[in-house]
Amino acid sequence: MTGAQREMSFYESGNGHTGILSWVLSTDHKRIGLLYLFSMFSFFFVAVILGLLMRLELIAPGPSIMTAESYNAMFTVHGVIMIFLFIIPGIPAGLGNFMLPLQIGARDMAFPRINLMSWWFYMTGAIVIIVSLFTGGGPPDTGWTFYVPYSIRTGTNVTLAVFGVFLLGISSTLTGLNLVTTIHRLRAPGLKWFRMPLFVWSLYATGWVQILATPVLGITLLLLMMERLFGFGFFDPARGGDPLLFEHLFWIYSHPAVYIMILPAMGIVTEIIPVFARRTIFGYKAIAFSSLSIASVGYLVWGHHMFTSGMSDISRVIFSFLTFIVAVPSGIKVFNWIASMYKGSIKLSSPLLFTVSFIFLFSLGGLTGLIIGALATNIFVHGTYFIVAHFHYMMFGGTAFAFFAGIHYWFPKIFGKMYREKPAITSCIVLFAGFNVLYFPMFILGLEGMPRRYYDYLPRFHTGHLISTVGSWILAAGLMIMFYNLIRSIFIGEVAGSNPWGGSTLEWTTSSPPPHENFTEIPVVTEGPYRFRK
Amino acid sequence: MNKEHSLNKKTDYTGSKQGMWMFLFTELLLFTGMFLLYSVFRSRYQQEFHAASSELSRTIGTLNTVILLTSSLTMALSVNAIRKDKNKISLIFQGLTVFFGLFFLANKFFEWSAKIHHGIYPNSPGLLAHGKGETMFYGLYYLMTGIHGLHVLAGIVLLLIMMVLTKKGSLNSDSFVRLENSGLYWHLVDVIWVYLFPVFYLIS
Repeated sequence: MTGAQREMSFYESGNGHTGILSWVLSTDHKRIGLLYLFSMFSFFFVAVILGLLMRLELIAPGPSIMTAESYNAMFTVHGVIMIFLFIIPGIPAGLGNFMLPLQIGARDMAFPRINLMSWWFYMTGAIVIIVSLFTGGGPPDTGWTFYVPYSIRTGTNVTLAVFGVFLLGISSTLTGLNLVTTIHRLRAPGLKWFRMPLFVWSLYATGWVQILATPVLGITLLLLMMERLFGFGFFDPARGGDPLLFEHLFWIYSHPAVYIMILPAMGIVTEIIPVFARRTIFGYKAIAFSSLSIASVGYLVWGHHMFTSGMSDISRVIFSFLTFIVAVPSGIKVFNWIASMYKGSIKLSSPLLFTVSFIFLFSLGGLTGLIIGALATNIFVHGTYFIVAHFHYMMFGGTAFAFFAGIHYWFPKIFGKMYREKPAITSCIVLFAGFNVLYFPMFILGLEGMPRRYYDYLPRFHTGHLISTVGSWILAAGLMIMFYNLIRSIFIGEVAGSNPWGGSTLEWTTSSPPPHENFTEIPVVTEGPYRFRK
Repeated sequence: MNKEHSLNKKTDYTGSKQGMWMFLFTELLLFTGMFLLYSVFRSRYQQEFHAASSELSRTIGTLNTVILLTSSLTMALSVNAIRKDKNKISLIFQGLTVFFGLFFLANKFFEWSAKIHHGIYPNSPGLLAHGKGETMFYGLYYLMTGIHGLHVLAGIVLLLIMMVLTKKGSLNSDSFVRLENSGLYWHLVDVIWVYLFPVFYLIS
């Protein structure tokens, strides 16, 4: 955005509409990516507040600020929003939408109108879910997994909420379809498969998971709605059905779904490390293939969510074994990241600091995942806070930290402005500290036997809960610093050049913010990514 | 929006086809979930499934199979015609496909109505009295043929849109990928029926 030849950015060049319509009717992948980012972070904040209220309720034994019923509704809505409205669309539909065409030298996604349609499905689903909170029997209180038989019998507004999630599923499928087709069809000349940036590889794997897993969620939720509306009895033993079938169908989607959440996060991390260590990535192909193998083996491990639900020993052993197998490619990635930094000239800017935090938290989450994946220990910690801690280390410490890293890394590209570095570093440190104070005690609470989803607890769990609640405040402070810094910088930040970090992937070759169709001339690629001059 | 879109690039024929095939795969997976339920319940209630299946009308089932298979033929012919610049003939074949689709749905309507008239529908006292196995069989029957019927309906709507586009001339021998994709969708719906027919009508 410097010099006299500065091009009009996509913010300035019109698209036949004005005002809000130029956003909600735009088929430009950059505008749609921003629409996603802003809507997702709005929902994220609602769910953060619900989480804070839950922690506040648990600050001491006995009722503190809410009734048990509202607590049930809160952890359900917190889960539904965080999972389906924030973290699943999160990186692929937000940053992925924005960055994928830029990284492969394309003018747009393969299906721009389907891209817009997926955002509309997303918003419609979100609105349906919000409506479900205030109508009918009130907000759903089943937990985000909607397990039968309770979800069929409860009088709360489960049918509508589930329909909302169904629409979100359609949105997610369409995004995946777009990602995969775009990568197949729209790579710039010379951008062979093994010259693609690794974020693109991770989006490719994610896209396939979205295509191949989400329809199973669709039919599961459809069955649940039908069950509530017409009473088929598929999940009701009294009529010949079987509630376990619901759990199987649900996890056949929902386990691969955690890879929809984590794979693109790993992709972001892989982008950031070479740029701030000034070294090419270690083990390019190993990282690319580990994304694909995580995506494929990830389909076959859903049973580990059901070790205590009633399964034959043989299937439990197989599912447990496969769970250990799927940890291997993640381990490969972690070692590759560390090796890439070895002997690099590391500059610990905020994106890298978030990334390093990610590696630490993700490793902790991954290793505790093996404790849960082993049959003997699983029975001991199943349904306790240990699961809650593991899950948040993966999803918040993993995905969300990488998401924040990506936001900081690509912020100058997206907005053409630079944020202030000091508050960014502070926010990362505060977030990291708050995160560990909030969630680490949950590991211990879980091992001591604190069950998850309980409104009340025995006095002997008090200390752990108290520390955890204090941690939630530190975490909230970190979020406030970070978002204040970022939002402020959108408006009054210093102008960033087209390549402030010295990145070597294609998105840094165009101006910041990029012009309407990304590149004045479609680039020709002659070598792989992450080549830095000495 | 249109202006912006046309700037993007020329239509990518292979890309559109690839996207459509992946979409069809998601549809297939949607039905896979239901076939999974079917296989579990059928292995659990073998006898009851046989008994319940014999109460379905094989005549209507066979008739509907013939109708749908014929509609796939007319669908393929309409794509073939538009490739050869014979838009009018293509339009006729599209119309025929829509007609067969409606014919199929009409048969389905009478079949369902007769069953409902006999008090056999989900959650009905009549069905629950038949026992667990038959409750599951008819539950699956209504669920799977119902969702399949919705897909036929969606296909009909899609084809009606294609007919309008053909008439306006925006579908022609240079640009027919939308018709071809609609055809792929129609064939998929047809293929699913080819599996639904034996698992419900021919297992007694």
